[in-house]
Amino acid sequence: MKSALNNLGMGAAGTLSLIIVFIIWEVLCRVLHVRDIMLPLPSQIFVELWADLPWYLSHSLYTLWTTLAGFVLSVVGGVLIAIGLVGSRLFERFLYPLIIGFNSVPKVALAPLFVVWLGTGAEPKIAIAFLIAVFAIIVDTVHGLRSVPADVTDLGRVLRGSAWDFFFKVKLPCALPSMVAGMKVAMSLALVGAIVGEFVSSQRGLGYIIMSAQGTFDTVRVFAALFILAVMGLALYGLLAWLEKKATPWRQVHSD
Amino acid sequence: MSVAAVQARNASKQYPGARGVQALSGITTEIPAGRFVSILGPSGCGKSTFLRCVAGLENITGGELLVNGSEVQGPPDGVGMVFQRDALLEWRNIRKNILLPVEFAKKRPQDYTDKVNHLLDLVGLSDFGHSYPRELSGGMRQRAAICRALVDDPSLLLMDEPFGALDAFTRDQMNFELQRIWMETKNTVLFVTHGISEAVYLGDVVMVFSPRPGRLMETITIDLPRPRPLSVRETPEFGRYTAHIRSLFEEMGLIKEGA
Repeated sequence: MKSALNNLGMGAAGTLSLIIVFIIWEVLCRVLHVRDIMLPLPSQIFVELWADLPWYLSHSLYTLWTTLAGFVLSVVGGVLIAIGLVGSRLFERFLYPLIIGFNSVPKVALAPLFVVWLGTGAEPKIAIAFLIAVFAIIVDTVHGLRSVPADVTDLGRVLRGSAWDFFFKVKLPCALPSMVAGMKVAMSLALVGAIVGEFVSSQRGLGYIIMSAQGTFDTVRVFAALFILAVMGLALYGLLAWLEKKATPWRQVHSD
Repeated sequence: MSVAAVQARNASKQYPGARGVQALSGITTEIPAGRFVSILGPSGCGKSTFLRCVAGLENITGGELLVNGSEVQGPPDGVGMVFQRDALLEWRNIRKNILLPVEFAKKRPQDYTDKVNHLLDLVGLSDFGHSYPRELSGGMRQRAAICRALVDDPSLLLMDEPFGALDAFTRDQMNFELQRIWMETKNTVLFVTHGISEAVYLGDVVMVFSPRPGRLMETITIDLPRPRPLSVRETPEFGRYTAHIRSLFEEMGLIKEGA
């Protein structure tokens, strides 16, 4: 029995734990007669999800799209800014303090402003997702680009290659693991940004479901949306972990 | 007689600032092409600094330093370098690591297939061309780094304590192999080390540096026939060289015996 448990993969073991948590939750709620409005039963949540599946899916896709759009923009923008920061002393001296300062402003607090500036469509959600996620990309990419070992830099100089070659063949691959770590953080932050955007003003998305359902004390619906959010966050993270494996084959081999 | 591979006239280096260290002082030497030169000294004696100046990675602040007859201003042409840690790129397989200098020189890697095969064969890595560096042991990695330094036939090979991070057995093996490789390639080698025995075993010439400021104490010609077997280190001739060098370090006060 013990060895069978040890042989379970991370995914299978995690699923098993989750099922056990749901069972305990269900039993406790029934035994203690917890009211639905406080904490619904897991079984109620699944029934609710199943009954309105297409409706939930369409709202989920909307949130997924704004999250991914914000994430992709943050990767593109963040990497470019990081390259500028590492490449130019002047750029760094003037821009880095600004970026650090701006980062200390809670971006969530800016969400209402974006509605004023960009309206109530997808744009303000994407903008907030971008803004929350981009700092993780900048910080980790800068860190990665600076992590080139001194002797590798020396090697590049002795070989007298072009700055272009050195950047693309040495610096960028060197930074890649750190960049991917930043992307994993940025992905969950982008999801936070998208939801916050929907909280502030929206007629669509999981954030909208949560806001409108809590207005009518429909806690089951809130939990159904939360459940989807959890699954979505996990799937996006898994996708990045998979991409990381594909992009860094040299890290999958092991010395003996 | 052609120009010397490396020539230094009263070369010195002072790091900037009020407390800037004098790293090199009055180095004068002439290294003919094709020579294997060991640069020996304790840590902090400026031997690595000298090598880095020859590589154009750092500048001397006084005197003259010429490589192949022209003053060093930035890394000179035709230099291969091997570092203490191999500086292999983890994301490239061994073959692609070895080809990096070719790519950087904007030459066609396809033209170097035979050359890479030959080098891999020379260092016993023929089966590892498609392996990633992390699949190799420390000694194998350093062999690959040597191949990378040699791939574009450098006239000058600079080695900065290349075997310093290896265990004693691997180090012996690498010394023997380096001699074999060098006897085939015959390029000029500057080999920085702090091992007396290693310096004597490998060098045609041993340049002994003293610390703070880095000064060239003595240049000793090692007159032992090649190929030198590892057992040459147990011969009396070899012992005389190492004893002499040890006495130099004793004079400097770097080695003290007894109380």
